[in-house]
Amino acid sequence: MGRWSRQLLTLPPTIYLLIFFAIPTVIMLFASFRFPGDYGGLAPWYSIEDGSYAFDLTWENWQRLFESTIYLELFVKSLGYAVITTAICLLLGYPLALMVSRSEKKRRDLLLLLIILPFWSNFLVRIYAWMIIFSPTGALTMAVNSLLDLFGIAPVSLMYSPTAVIVCMVYVHLPFMVLPLYANLEKHDPALLDAASDLGASGWQRFWRVTWPLSLPGVYAGSILVFIPVLGMFAIPDLLGGTNAIMIGNVIKQQFIESRDWPFGSVLSIMLTIATIALVWLGTRSGHRVKHG
Amino acid sequence: MLEIRGISKKFGDFEALKGVDLHIGAGEFFTLLGPSGCGKTTLLRMIAGFEAPDSGEILLEGKDMVGTPPEQRPVHTVFQNYALFPHMTVAQNIAFPLQMARVQADEIDARVQQALDNVHLPDKAGAYPAALSGGQRQRIAIARALVKRPRLLLLDEPLSALDAKMREQMQIELINLQKEVGITFIYVTHDQGEALALSHRIAVMNQGKIAQLDQPAQLYNHPNSRFVADFIGQCNLLEATVTDSDRHHADLELHHIGPVRVSLAPAVTVTKGQRCLLTLRPEKIRIARNLHALVDETHFCGKIHDTLYLGDVTVYKVELAQGILLEALLANSGNHASERFAVGDSVEVAWNSSAGHLIAEP
Amino acid sequence: MARGRMNWLKLFSTAVFVFLYLPLLIVVVYSFNDSKLNAEWVGFTLKWYGVLFDDTEMLTAARNSLLIATFSAAVAALLGTLAGMAMSRLRLRLLPALVLAPVAMPDILLGVSLLILFIMLNISLGLVSVILAHITFCIGYVALSVQARMGSMDDSLIEAARDLGASPWQAFSRITLPLLAPGIIAGALMAFTLSIDDFVVTFFTAGVGSSTLPLQIYSMVKIAVTPEVNAISTLLMVVTLLLVTLASRFNKHALRGTI
Repeated sequence: MGRWSRQLLTLPPTIYLLIFFAIPTVIMLFASFRFPGDYGGLAPWYSIEDGSYAFDLTWENWQRLFESTIYLELFVKSLGYAVITTAICLLLGYPLALMVSRSEKKRRDLLLLLIILPFWSNFLVRIYAWMIIFSPTGALTMAVNSLLDLFGIAPVSLMYSPTAVIVCMVYVHLPFMVLPLYANLEKHDPALLDAASDLGASGWQRFWRVTWPLSLPGVYAGSILVFIPVLGMFAIPDLLGGTNAIMIGNVIKQQFIESRDWPFGSVLSIMLTIATIALVWLGTRSGHRVKHG
Repeated sequence: MLEIRGISKKFGDFEALKGVDLHIGAGEFFTLLGPSGCGKTTLLRMIAGFEAPDSGEILLEGKDMVGTPPEQRPVHTVFQNYALFPHMTVAQNIAFPLQMARVQADEIDARVQQALDNVHLPDKAGAYPAALSGGQRQRIAIARALVKRPRLLLLDEPLSALDAKMREQMQIELINLQKEVGITFIYVTHDQGEALALSHRIAVMNQGKIAQLDQPAQLYNHPNSRFVADFIGQCNLLEATVTDSDRHHADLELHHIGPVRVSLAPAVTVTKGQRCLLTLRPEKIRIARNLHALVDETHFCGKIHDTLYLGDVTVYKVELAQGILLEALLANSGNHASERFAVGDSVEVAWNSSAGHLIAEP
Repeated sequence: MARGRMNWLKLFSTAVFVFLYLPLLIVVVYSFNDSKLNAEWVGFTLKWYGVLFDDTEMLTAARNSLLIATFSAAVAALLGTLAGMAMSRLRLRLLPALVLAPVAMPDILLGVSLLILFIMLNISLGLVSVILAHITFCIGYVALSVQARMGSMDDSLIEAARDLGASPWQAFSRITLPLLAPGIIAGALMAFTLSIDDFVVTFFTAGVGSSTLPLQIYSMVKIAVTPEVNAISTLLMVVTLLLVTLASRFNKHALRGTI
C-alpha cells in the first residue's frame, strides 16, 4: 500500500476521533484542576474583557473528593451494584448460553436472535417497561403485597428501590453476557465431553473440570461487557432508583446539569475513566492467563 | 523469451532468493519445483509484478520488467485459490481483463464465449463462482487468465485445492491446453509428481537457489545432489568411496556393505579416493531367495526388515549389513504368494551396474 | 441422566426468555389499552397513537432523531469504512484504540467530555453538536463491520485484478468496494439504529429545541407515565426491528452488534 493511500485511509478517522474523543478527554483532565465559572460551568481560559489568558490550576476539586468519605462510598456502592448485576447476569446468562450452544445447529441462530432482539429495542423503552411493572398500581407490586398481606407483613414499594435498579440493569445488560459466552461455548468440541465421560467423569465433574475452565475467557469477556456500562450507569437509577439508589453516574450528571460544578464533575468522570481502564486491563490480563496456561 | 538474471530478495533477515538465473524459452511448459519456503512463489510473484527484487533483472522479450506495475505486464496469473471475483458472474470474470484493456463490448462477448468453449464450460456464463465445483472454478480461472492472450501464463499451485482424481484429469487438460494455445507456462508446485508429469523442463529450487534445472527424466535418473535425489521420488542413498575409475565405470566401496561397480553417466567424473553417494531408485532393485534367479552384476545378501503391501506394488525394506536399510519396490504382477517375502526372510538383493547414479559429495 | 439435565436447562432458559420478553410485551399491550393508567385492561383503542400524531413536540423530536441518525450514519459510514480498511490492512496502534474506546467506555464519559468541548469551542448545543457526538461512537460500529468484511476477503482478489490489467484505483472501485458494500451498509444501518436509540450522549450534548425521541420519552416518564409513551415505544420497537432485520440481510452478524 502506497504512502498516500495509507494517509488517506488513516488520517480522516484518526483526526476526527482525536478532536472528538481524545482531546475532550484531555480537556476534562485539565478541567478537573480548574475553577467553576461565575455562572457555573467552567471558568474561561480566555477573558473577553481584558484579553488575558488564565491557566492557573488548583487541587481543590480533588481535595474535595477525599475530604469526606461520601464520594468514595459512592464509588464503592457503584462497584457493588456492578458486581451484583454482573453476577446475576452470569447466573442467568450461563445456562442460557449453554442451552443455545448445545441445541441443534439449525435452531441456534433463531435462539440467538431471540436473545438479542430485546437489546435492539430502545434503551429508555426497556427502562420504561420496568417502571410499569414496578409501579405501585402495577400487577407485580399488587401480587407481592397481597402475598405479604397473607403473612401479615406491611406492603412494600418495589419502585425506587435498589432491587428495582438491579433487576432493570440485569435486564438491559443480559445479552452482553450471553453473546460472548455463547461465542466461546459454541467452539467447544463435543468430543471433549464424550472423552471426559469415557474417562469416568460424572455430569457435574464434566461441567466443572472441562466446560467451565474452557469457558473462562468467555466469562471474562462477558463480565467486562456488563460491568463497565453498569458502573457508569445513570439513567436506570435516575428513573427507577429515586433517592435510595444513587450511583456515580447520577452524581456526575448532577454536577454537570444541576449544580453546574464542571470541575468537580470532571474529577468524578476522571475517576470513572481510571476505574474503567483498570478493569479492562485486569480483564484482558486474566483472559490472557487463561489462554496461555 | 523470459530471462532472469541474478535476482535476489530479502524479507527482513530471511533471504528468499539468492541470485537466481533462469532462461525460459517461448512455448515452454516450465516448472518451479521445491519445498515451501524455497523461493519459488516469490520468484513467480516477481515475474507477475507483485514483488520487486532487491537486485537483478527480469527481461521479458528483451525488456526489463522491474518497476513495471502488474497491470502493465503481458503476464497473467492463475492463483492458488483461483481468486475468482465472487460478486461477478463467470462471464463478467472473464470479461474483466478485456474491459480493463478497453476492448469493444461486442468483441468482449465473442471472446468470452470463445474462452468458455475452450475450457469446455460453454453454458456457465451466467453462473456465480460460488455455484461452481472446484474443477470448474479452476477452468474459469485459466480461461480468465488466457482470454487476453498473455505472453506468459503463471500458475501458482493451481491444482492443490483439487482431489486426487480431479487433479489427474486437470493435468491432462493443462498439457493439452498449453499445446493448443502455445503460450509459455510457468508453473509453481511442491508436488514432484505433478512437475514430472506436466513439464518440459523443471527447476528444482532449494533455499532461494536453483538446485538443478533439467528435463523430467534427467532429473529423476540423474539427480546432481542429495537434495534433488531425495526430493524427487523415493531414493536409496548409499555412502561410498571411489576405489578406482575410468571414463565409463567406477569401482566403489559402499560403506559397511562392500565393493560395487557402477557405470558413469557422461557428465559425471570422479577421482580415486573421493567420497560420493550412490543413488538407487527402489524400482530398480530386485530381490530373490537365491542368487541364480538374478542376472544382475551387483548383489548382496540381506534380510527382510519390513514389508508394506500397497496393492499394485509391495515395498520391502531389506537390511544389508549393520543396520543399513535398502528400499525395494516389487510389482505384484503374478498371483503367486511364493513371490512374496516375509519379515525375517533371508534374500539376495541385486541391481544392474547402470541402475545406480553417482553423486559426488563435496 | 443427561436428558434430565438438558430439560432443566431448557426450563430455566424458557424462564429467562419470559423475563426478556414479558416487559416489552406489557409495553405493547398497554399501548392499545383504553385507560390512562397502565394497570387493568379496559378495552382496545388506537387513541394513544392518535395523541402521538397530534403531539407537535413529539413529531419535532421524531424529525430531529431521523435527521441526526441520517447524518451521523452517513458520516460514520465514510469515516468508519476508512478506519476499518486501515485497521485490517495496516499495523496501527493509535487508530484501533481511538475507534474502540468510545464504544467500550461508559457513554456518560463521552457525553460530559463532549459537553465541555462544545462549550469551550463555542459550538452551540443543538442538532450539529448531537450529530458530531453521535458520529464519534458510530465510527466504531462501522469500522468493526468493515474490518470483519475485509478480514474475510481474499487478498489475492486484488492481486488478480491488478494482474488482469486493473490500475490500483480500478481494483479498488471494481473489486474492493463492491465486496465491502454489505459490510458498509450493515455498519451504517447499525449506526443509524444506535443513533436513534442513544439517550445518554444526546442528553449531555443536545440543547433546548433539539430534543430527540429518547429525550422526549425521558422527560415524559420523569413527569408521569402515560400510555402515549407506550405508543411511541411500540412504534420505535417496530422501526428498530425493521432496521436490524435489514442490516442482518447484509451481514448475518450485524444483529450481534459489536459483541
